[in-house]
Amino acid sequence: MALFSRFFRNRRYDDISVSIREHIDERIDELMDEGMPREEAARAARREFGNVTLLEERSREAWQWQRLESMLVDLKHIGRRLRRSPGFAITVVLTLAIGIGANTAVFSVLNSVLIRPLPYHEPQQLVALRLVAPGAPGLTDFRDELRLSASMYLTVAAHNHAFQSVGVWLPGTASITGIAQPEQVNTALITDGVLPTLGVPAAAGQWLTAADQDRRGTRRVMLGYGYWQRRFGGDPSVVGRNINVDSQQWEIAGVMPRGFRVVNYDFDLLVPLAFDPVKESLAGFAYHGIARLRPGITISQADDDMARLLNVWMDSWTNGPGSDPHFYLNWKITPAFRPLKDQVVGSIGNVLWVVMATIGVVMLIACTNVANLLLVRADARQQELAVRSALGAGRWRIARELLLESVTLGLLGGAAGVGVAYAGLRLLVAIGPENLPRLSEISLDASSIAFTVILSVLSGLLFGSIPVLRYAPSKQAVPLIGSMRTASVSRERQRGRNLLVVAQVAMALVLLISAVLMIRTFNAMLNVDPGFSAPTSLQVMRISIPETMVRDPQMVTRIQNNIQDKLATIPGVSSAGFAVSVPMSGAEPNWDGISVEGKTYQGDEEPPLRLFNYVSPGYFHTAGTRMVAGRDFTWTEIYGLRPVGILSESLARELWGSPLAAIGKRFREFSNMPWHEVVGVVQDVRENGIDQISPATVYWPSIMRDLYGPGPLDVRRTAYFALRSNRAGTQAFINEMQQAVWLVNSNLPVADVSTMQDIYSQSMARTSFTLVMLAIAGTMALALGILGIYGVISYAVSQRTREIGIRMALGAKKRELVWMFVRSALVLTGIGTAVGIGAAAALMRLMRTLLFGISPLDPVTFAVVPIVLIAAAALASYLPARRTAAVNPVETLRAE
Amino acid sequence: MAKNPEHRDLFPGALEIMILQSLRLKPMHGYALVKHIKQVSDDLLQVEEGSIYPALQRMLREGLLESQTGTSSKGRPTRIYRLTPAGIRHLESEVVSFERMFAGFSRVLAAARA
Repeated sequence: MALFSRFFRNRRYDDISVSIREHIDERIDELMDEGMPREEAARAARREFGNVTLLEERSREAWQWQRLESMLVDLKHIGRRLRRSPGFAITVVLTLAIGIGANTAVFSVLNSVLIRPLPYHEPQQLVALRLVAPGAPGLTDFRDELRLSASMYLTVAAHNHAFQSVGVWLPGTASITGIAQPEQVNTALITDGVLPTLGVPAAAGQWLTAADQDRRGTRRVMLGYGYWQRRFGGDPSVVGRNINVDSQQWEIAGVMPRGFRVVNYDFDLLVPLAFDPVKESLAGFAYHGIARLRPGITISQADDDMARLLNVWMDSWTNGPGSDPHFYLNWKITPAFRPLKDQVVGSIGNVLWVVMATIGVVMLIACTNVANLLLVRADARQQELAVRSALGAGRWRIARELLLESVTLGLLGGAAGVGVAYAGLRLLVAIGPENLPRLSEISLDASSIAFTVILSVLSGLLFGSIPVLRYAPSKQAVPLIGSMRTASVSRERQRGRNLLVVAQVAMALVLLISAVLMIRTFNAMLNVDPGFSAPTSLQVMRISIPETMVRDPQMVTRIQNNIQDKLATIPGVSSAGFAVSVPMSGAEPNWDGISVEGKTYQGDEEPPLRLFNYVSPGYFHTAGTRMVAGRDFTWTEIYGLRPVGILSESLARELWGSPLAAIGKRFREFSNMPWHEVVGVVQDVRENGIDQISPATVYWPSIMRDLYGPGPLDVRRTAYFALRSNRAGTQAFINEMQQAVWLVNSNLPVADVSTMQDIYSQSMARTSFTLVMLAIAGTMALALGILGIYGVISYAVSQRTREIGIRMALGAKKRELVWMFVRSALVLTGIGTAVGIGAAAALMRLMRTLLFGISPLDPVTFAVVPIVLIAAAALASYLPARRTAAVNPVETLRAE
Repeated sequence: MAKNPEHRDLFPGALEIMILQSLRLKPMHGYALVKHIKQVSDDLLQVEEGSIYPALQRMLREGLLESQTGTSSKGRPTRIYRLTPAGIRHLESEVVSFERMFAGFSRVLAAARA
């Protein structure tokens, strides 16, 4: 549209030129006809016509959009002025670029993670089937979430009124052989409802269907996009081919598209879950449920429907003869469905909002700094503005120009800020928690750019309006001359800048306090004994021995024992062991209640739930988990299926008062299980992360008699092997580990190879991410705040040189003069600090969930930060104030 | 823009009226228009020749005139301006208000003389 009218305008301009040229030529001809020589005629014709350029311009103006064009002229002036003071322009643009860039980067993350809808079909209909069980004793996790059991899913799928489709899924692993080296891949085990619920079509081939849940038919799997690219080079002809999964042939039914995840889980392989309704019991709360609501059904209606179905579930299933199916009433299982997005985003939302808020405050501080610079600049232009206003420039005209200048600066800063944001985003993604949900979706998109533009303009208006309010008042108020001769800066003008400094100090204080609280949190976490030692020299990896590869449970134990022995012979390895779960690894937990010999449970009372883990002899020694009492398992006990167990310290204390007292006591899981004797007690381990309390844990041998399963023995087929070595983490070491495993069985893949330090850092990632972000914001705030104080004081010094000269001439001491300026800075800082402490005390409560081990009103932080800030302010004002000492009173007064 | 003190300034709107009235007779190009006004007014009204062009553009924009490509009396390309119906209406209403103004003006002058 603009181009269009511009085109017509240009043609119009040509017409005007043609007409005028013809006019003059015709007059020349006429004059020449009258006998005038050509040159003289041309001169005369032009004289009669008038100023050709001016008239041509006026003719054009008839077609111009007056405001815009005069704005363009203003812009030209602004450009010229900024070029003339490059130091000012660069300072302002860089300050803004960093501020806006940081804001845009964080906004992009916020937008990608929290605001943008999930990449599924009609994602607003999707819900996570979250249940809570506040009545379940023991494990605290169930108060937060109880997953679904298979029987629960079957009940919901058959009888619900709320869903268009519903499915459950479970992350898992599988060994792929026959392609390259044997490889352990991440699988998502899904029921037939999962894919229709998410509603993302296959990139090639077809979805898995209900037919795939019957294991008697063809076994079919789907590939994830990444795995398809990695192993098959994206070849579409893989559909229909066979793949060897856990030593069995499966047909590839299709491939899911790039970026598709099951909720937030990035898988290599989709494998159908096959439940057998005949064999399922009430228990087995392992599955994540998702569903698509019917149109018009709300989440609370779905909750009500689920509450009804829970009764149907307890009426229809059992945990075996003799058990009471309604015993789960005690658990008070309650549906607490929530939008799938909330489930995906989880607790990271808190962190992101806090980071966004702090970065926003940094932007405010940057704006006040720029406003201060503009005030100084407007001071210098005061004469010019007064003259212009006297010559008839309207208030609005001058205000417009000042605002236009600041908005231009804002936009320049914004443009540079996009570059900063791009770099910042790469940094954020690099240092962001690896388990940050939707990490792969983060990008600088149109809404980020729109955000940048809006932020640039708004900040331009914000910091621009301050000089405008001061310098575009009515004409009379602006003195034309003489302002330079007044002895000191007017109180009023100084007050504006002082207010800005107070605001800056207050905001900087809030940010610094939040940053220091995070540092203290991080420190507190580092000081927690995680239940293992020296994580950098602890190497772990996961190995699964599928039933289809080795059927005999005893054989599995032998193989695991062999692997452990072979690993221990690698040069530099001091010990090795294995456990089903290593701390913070996110391995699927197992749990149940145990009953204690000699204790009777009456009526509704039932034993509290405990976390279960299964360990090999030597595991605790390798991991550095301290034996508090008793001893480790022996291989003789393992192979002999001896009823033994090891307890965590807190559990031993809870049951028998002390670790020593627990030794020799007996417990069991089921009534038909032999009593297991406590042979050892180990220190508490932070299984779920440093900031989560250690769960009461029972450690069982990795192979036991199976009381309910199909065979006589129950063996743990997936285990994390741990090695203690100074070579941990090196590629050569990892290769030797792989070789050692293949010496035992050449079909066994090694997965999740990492050092305990990696796992440990990852579990701290959220905290360290928040820490880094707040530390960056706090440092920026401190630097900007100090710069603001420095600027104000040095400006005040330069404005008051004359006053200083007079004071010195009258006998003031230099030290007193320096102190006068420092004192004024300290007064401002003091006020700012007081305001900041109040604001911080109110705001830090919002950060409570991010803190660990310290109070949001941590006295150390609230005492130290203000002291540091005041000291910095004293220094920042002392440096420019010292210059007063260099003032020579004679010269100053003579200069007048 | 030094002005010849013998000549009187135009009051606002006078140039527009003269242009409209002239173009009512027949469509003309710029130079012909200037010559016509000078001739008819006996050179009494001082019009800087070039100043008709901004006026012409304003009236084009307001839709009182339209312009088309044509040739001058010397056969060179130029723009010919012509009155639109809106221009005619505008001229008529302006003339009425001018006449009213002149009548009042004359009466004041006459009263002053008496």
